[in-house]
Amino acid sequence: MNALFVICGLGIAALVAEIVNLKKWLTAFVIVGLVAAMATIFIDFGTSTMHFSEMLQFDNFSLAFSGLIVVTTIFWFWLANDYFRLQPHITDRTALVLFTVAGAVIMASFNNMAMLFLGIEILSISLYVLAGSRKESLFSTEAAFKYFLMGSFATGFLLMGIALIYGATGAFHLTKIAEFIDANPAGLPTFFYAGILLMFIGLAFKISAVPFHFWAPDVYEGAPTSITAFMSTVVKIAALAAFYRVFFIFSSVDHTLTRVIQGTTILTLVIPNITAVYQQNVKRMLAYSSVGHVGYILLGFLANATESANAIFYYLCAYACASLTAFAVLHVIGSYNRSTTVEYFNGLFKRNPILAVAMTFALLSLAAIPPLPGFFGKYMIFAMAIEQGYTGLVILAIITSLIGVYYYFRIIIAMYFQEPSAEPLSLGTSTRVLLIALIAISLILTICADRFVGLVG
Amino acid sequence: MTVFLIFFPLLVSLFIFLVRPAQAKTIAFAASVVELLATLYITTQFSKNELFQFVLDVPWIQSLGLNFAVGIDGISLVLVLLTTLLVPGIILSTRNKQFAKPHTFYGLVLMMEMALVGVFVALDGLLFYLFWEIALIPIYFICLIWGGEDRGRITLKFFIYTLAGSLFMLIGLVYLYLATPGEHTFALAALYEAGQALSPGEQGFVFWLMFVAFAIKMPVFPFHTWQPDTYTVAPTQGTMLLSGIMLKMGIYGVIRWLIPMVPAGVAAWGPTAIIISVIGIVYGSCIAIVQKDFKRLIAYSSVAHVGLIAAGTFTLSVVGLQGAMIQMVSHGIVVFGMFYIVDVVAERTKTRTLDSLGGIRNVAPIFATVFVIVMLGSVALPLTSGFVGEFLLINSIFQYQYVLGAIAGLTIILGAVYMLRTFQKSMSGEVNNVTAGFADLTTEEKWVLYPVVVLIILIGIYPAPLLELSEPAVTNLLKVYSNLSASVK
Repeated sequence: MNALFVICGLGIAALVAEIVNLKKWLTAFVIVGLVAAMATIFIDFGTSTMHFSEMLQFDNFSLAFSGLIVVTTIFWFWLANDYFRLQPHITDRTALVLFTVAGAVIMASFNNMAMLFLGIEILSISLYVLAGSRKESLFSTEAAFKYFLMGSFATGFLLMGIALIYGATGAFHLTKIAEFIDANPAGLPTFFYAGILLMFIGLAFKISAVPFHFWAPDVYEGAPTSITAFMSTVVKIAALAAFYRVFFIFSSVDHTLTRVIQGTTILTLVIPNITAVYQQNVKRMLAYSSVGHVGYILLGFLANATESANAIFYYLCAYACASLTAFAVLHVIGSYNRSTTVEYFNGLFKRNPILAVAMTFALLSLAAIPPLPGFFGKYMIFAMAIEQGYTGLVILAIITSLIGVYYYFRIIIAMYFQEPSAEPLSLGTSTRVLLIALIAISLILTICADRFVGLVG
Repeated sequence: MTVFLIFFPLLVSLFIFLVRPAQAKTIAFAASVVELLATLYITTQFSKNELFQFVLDVPWIQSLGLNFAVGIDGISLVLVLLTTLLVPGIILSTRNKQFAKPHTFYGLVLMMEMALVGVFVALDGLLFYLFWEIALIPIYFICLIWGGEDRGRITLKFFIYTLAGSLFMLIGLVYLYLATPGEHTFALAALYEAGQALSPGEQGFVFWLMFVAFAIKMPVFPFHTWQPDTYTVAPTQGTMLLSGIMLKMGIYGVIRWLIPMVPAGVAAWGPTAIIISVIGIVYGSCIAIVQKDFKRLIAYSSVAHVGLIAAGTFTLSVVGLQGAMIQMVSHGIVVFGMFYIVDVVAERTKTRTLDSLGGIRNVAPIFATVFVIVMLGSVALPLTSGFVGEFLLINSIFQYQYVLGAIAGLTIILGAVYMLRTFQKSMSGEVNNVTAGFADLTTEEKWVLYPVVVLIILIGIYPAPLLELSEPAVTNLLKVYSNLSASVK
């Protein structure tokens, strides 16, 4: 809870910084503030508290996910340092990002449907603006507009679903809804199921599960690279946490929902992974790959146990680490060339070995090659799914992982095999340290995997 | 001690990566020699009648049932010896070649050594799988960065092919893991028990999941399609790693992780495996006969040789398994020597096409003599190491089924055909303008090739110490197997 206060306070402080002219120190100040927020999460860890008439619940699940969100944001500020430096309205942007993070934390810790809605809206509205923040670029504007239209459409579904569920159960609180379901296993009206389905569609938009993913590639490609990095890590983590909190309750209701999730999983595994093969632009390819990763995580939802929360959490840690690394490299390449097609990666190993090695670590982790953390994440989810009897789905997921290897390795081949197309690339100290830190984190995630797996349950 | 064998090369490789010393080759060579000495020390301390020794078992990721469990028995020891013996040779075999980014190269070779040793000593299913996959990463980059023409496409095929195979193995291991009673675990003994308790049908299912991975790695027909291209395109050191050591991972997998694990599955499907292996022998030899490229010819001969080892292994007799053990060592040494010879020829004449060579014997007699001895090791002439192994293997296949034995025995004849033809085309005949300036072996090259020659003859004359090392482990393994398959019947 304290972390949420700290983050909101930071957001307001960032707005005030414009007036008192503290722009120069803002990023440093924000990072210190976020570290403080992380410290409060550490202190609170292991407790379970309710706040605001039980509308927010901070248990280990939400604390762990909030922690992941905050840590990712810290690294993101480090990565996106120069994005802010080059922008005229640094304070507004910083504040918007911080409010997004506040929304994300609420999405990981709501216990009330109204709070879910508020969290999603706080997050989304800030993001609409951020996606369009490269004002001179038509693509950025298009991305913002598309995201806004699709996002509000999804919110409509979500609200309608919440209303129907309220009508059926008479409650907004997740715990009360769960009690009601347990008490009336047979007597749930049909429109309750309709409500679940509508909520599912609304949230599927947010986590960009197929077939509700159409906005994602365009928005990811159009938005500034640093904002894309933010969307594919922090926002995705928050959306999946919210998805888990909602559907953990409904999973006991009926097998129809399991069927729906299964169908979505299959689509989300197959379509984005195949589409990614045909992308020439690495940014767009990463967008499809990030949609594809949702498929693997959805596979984890089918197990419905605390074990699955653990596996999903670990998977997201590994994914966030790898994605941040990949986007950090992409950011450097993009800022040199204004374009991120595969050719710009040619001979990167000769031009700048650190960038190439960091990108290799990220891609190997995303492709789930042992011993990188991406492998353990996928392994946990696959083992769990096999235990639940979804062997067929796992085999499908393995095939799509192999397709993944194909398109991730295209970049690796370009980096090591092709002749360099340009002069050697020099890196700032800050970026170099960031990349080494991210590589170190991915190794820590492997070696001390046990510490991360048990956090949620 | 076992842990030292795994982590010492890793630490040195990290040192080379991060510090980038100018003397990367010297440091890597020194490290690999230390590693060899450590293995020899372990061999002297090894007690022949016990099974697993130098065991270490500490929990790593408990929520996954993953323990860092390693240990050495006779079977592991022979293969660790082979690995640590070949790696110094492989590092020396670069001669004066200047690699772009030498520290990356030697770092990757040492990392490869770490993973290979890890595969041979792992006593935990998931750990075995991890090392198995880790071994793929350095060799992939060695081939991708320093390989020949069109390597991007070929190495990607190699990577995806072998990765696909090992993912099936992973499913098999997870299947067994979930079958372990109580708190699931990947410990070797528990997996054996779980596998042996499965119904014959399920065992057959697991057999195929695991066998595909091993068959691709070896590779036996029809899973070999990645191999000739990859061997040809890889730099010589990469080819040596692939054929000299990595190929043995597949056979080792069959011996350690398949035969005792799913005995009923092996009993049901072993004959099929023997048949496809025997097909591979004839197929590989026949294609080798018509090859024009020296390196590609050796690659196909490797398909034939490994087919024989696999067939002998699946006869499930002491003779066959012991033959497989000694032939793995012999093949490793011989193929290392062969690829080194190819490299020498290719470097001096700038070609590997056999038709354009000839008469090297006249200008480089020592080189030609060494080539003859290595070649005789390859065609299994008595008193060379190849003979001991192939004799035991063919003998075991004969006892198993005489028609198959006869077909498998063709390997000696066909092997002689393609090897002698190679000799004829490259070494004898008239000197032409390509081979006219062929210099004889330099001191450094002698340092690499003479030990190979000595080992080929030494093992050929006196194989007993090697055979004794692995015998108790092999006998025990077969005892377990025959008890179980008898009880199933």
